Amino acid sequence: MAADSERGSGVAGGSGAPENGRAARVTRIGFGLFWVYVVLYFGFIALVLFRPEWLAARPLGGVNLAIASGLGLIVAALALAVVYMVAARLVESPGRDRR
Amino acid sequence: MLYESSPVAIAIFASFVLSVIGLSFWLGRKGQSAKGYYAAHGEIHWFINGIAFAGDYLSAASFLGICGMIAFHGYDGFLYSIGFLAGWIVALFVIAEPIKSLGKFTFADALDAKFNSRGIKLAVAISTLVVSVFYLIPQMVGAGDLIVPLLGLPHAAGVILVGVSVTLIVVTAGMVSTTWVQFIKGSLLVFFCGILTSMILNRGLTENTGSLEPQTRTVRHDGSVLVDGRPQTREHDLRPVGTLKSLPERYGDATTTGPLRPLEYLAALEDSTVVIWAAKKTSDADGTHTTYSPVEKRGGDLLRPGGYFKGLSTGKLADKLDFASLMLALFCGTASLPHILIRYYTVKDQAAARKSTVVGIAAIGAFYVLTLFLGLGAMTSGALDPTSTNMAAPLLAKSFNETLFAIISAIAFTTVLGTVSGLIMAGSGAVAHDLVENVLGVQMTDAEKVRCGRIAAVGLGIVAMALGILFRSFNVSFLVGWAFNIAASANLPALVMLLFWPRTTRQGIIAAVTVGMVASLGWILLSADTFEKVYGLSREASPMPFSQPGLVTIPLGFLVLVVVSLLSRPEPRRVQ
Repeated sequence: MAADSERGSGVAGGSGAPENGRAARVTRIGFGLFWVYVVLYFGFIALVLFRPEWLAARPLGGVNLAIASGLGLIVAALALAVVYMVAARLVESPGRDRR
Repeated sequence: MLYESSPVAIAIFASFVLSVIGLSFWLGRKGQSAKGYYAAHGEIHWFINGIAFAGDYLSAASFLGICGMIAFHGYDGFLYSIGFLAGWIVALFVIAEPIKSLGKFTFADALDAKFNSRGIKLAVAISTLVVSVFYLIPQMVGAGDLIVPLLGLPHAAGVILVGVSVTLIVVTAGMVSTTWVQFIKGSLLVFFCGILTSMILNRGLTENTGSLEPQTRTVRHDGSVLVDGRPQTREHDLRPVGTLKSLPERYGDATTTGPLRPLEYLAALEDSTVVIWAAKKTSDADGTHTTYSPVEKRGGDLLRPGGYFKGLSTGKLADKLDFASLMLALFCGTASLPHILIRYYTVKDQAAARKSTVVGIAAIGAFYVLTLFLGLGAMTSGALDPTSTNMAAPLLAKSFNETLFAIISAIAFTTVLGTVSGLIMAGSGAVAHDLVENVLGVQMTDAEKVRCGRIAAVGLGIVAMALGILFRSFNVSFLVGWAFNIAASANLPALVMLLFWPRTTRQGIIAAVTVGMVASLGWILLSADTFEKVYGLSREASPMPFSQPGLVTIPLGFLVLVVVSLLSRPEPRRVQ
């Protein structure tokens, strides 16, 4: 993505090429996770709009799909956030990740 | 319904307000620099900042509004929870880190970092003020509405109490005290909602055998109120509602389930029969009558979308687009709200910005999961006031005991403090730092910048109080939705493109912010919702196809930015 190199150079504060590469890599990871959530969120909205009858199914111990997917979206947001935080730390701290 | 004011609630609330104001004075005892006032020296710990995000973000609309909507209409309130949380994904993955590295005190700084243009600062400062005021009005009106039943004081007293407390908090130590107030409020809110939820689960579901006769409330032309034809008194008042008619068959003859685990609770409710109360208004020579009549519903139907968003079941395309538009605005709006964005300048660096967003998502996500149980608990508590959805959460607490009622009431009220202080802080930065210092070009020393910010905060506090009193009889709950739409349409295209499209020009940003703001505001003012609820006209008179503008005006902002940028000449970038 062209924008990554742009942001990498603007953001890292000019502290050398390896730093820029890492910042760009963190940005790329963030974008990947962002699109994962976009698919989940707008997929859910599409279900609400176009297949509302599916939401009455009860997959989770008697809890219906509407509730299960709502709770799932909240849990997914937190899970993706934690994945991002851990991944960014691995990329940014040179000792642990020799790239 | 009429309420008795609770001395315990007043005591808890007073001690909270006095201690946060005391804390503010203590934090502000030293002289302050501009960096301290506007950005808390950039030294707030990421965990504190993350919880403060929750305190900033979880407004009265989140707490009282969503609980009430779930209690009265079922699942649809939870859709707001889902959308409000989803917005944080945009904040974390797209906006947080770059905005931290580009800005100084306000988000106009970030948008302007590459161009140093007065036009950008002016456009962004105006959009910050517009969004903040739209967000501020429902908070202030809500404060006034709450204080009437909870503390037994008149509406204006609630508005002035919040206005004065918040102004004191902001003026004494700026972003430092604002952060701590939001941290305290955020942790109290999540903690006590957790307690309340565990009490709901421990109580389980119980059949309650309240009367199912319809009831009528009449407001006569002289302002007096009748209930079922007789004057309203404490003894002769509307009956509380919120009935669980029958438990699932698997419980046999038992009238209560006993303690349930969270998923068991939801599953048991799904197979229960619940009574909700529909309101119908009529007017005649006597006055306005509102009749509340019971409607039996299967739990499973209440736990699916469509109870509040009636458009979901009409099959009309415009209704579907309206819903999609709202969910898009919630998704895009969060990361464009000025009072959220300024919180990125209070931490040390990008890594801290990232970590505090993750903490914020955890706290806010946990809270929204709890709102589902609070709303459903209120729905079956037998304690609801049929006239007021906003009272659902405090009344749910009352169904356990009076002390909990007092605590939840006081927390509901202080919820307003945390959010309003963030809004006043964002507005004061826009006026003092963006408009006076950067647009008008007034040269100021560091101490003068702080003084200017304080004067702006006092001014905004007075404006907020005036608006809260002015709009008191106005149905304002949808103003928060407006704020999200305007923020997303005006700010998000400029933010995203500036960060990720190198060809973006100064003119493109100014045009996108201006067009996004004017188009979304104009659309809202012409929408069917506004025609009906604000002007009192018929919905059909509105020229707009649906009420929520985001679906059109957010892409419009992007389009305008791209077209204007391509038509204008790129300037050489400033070397960093």
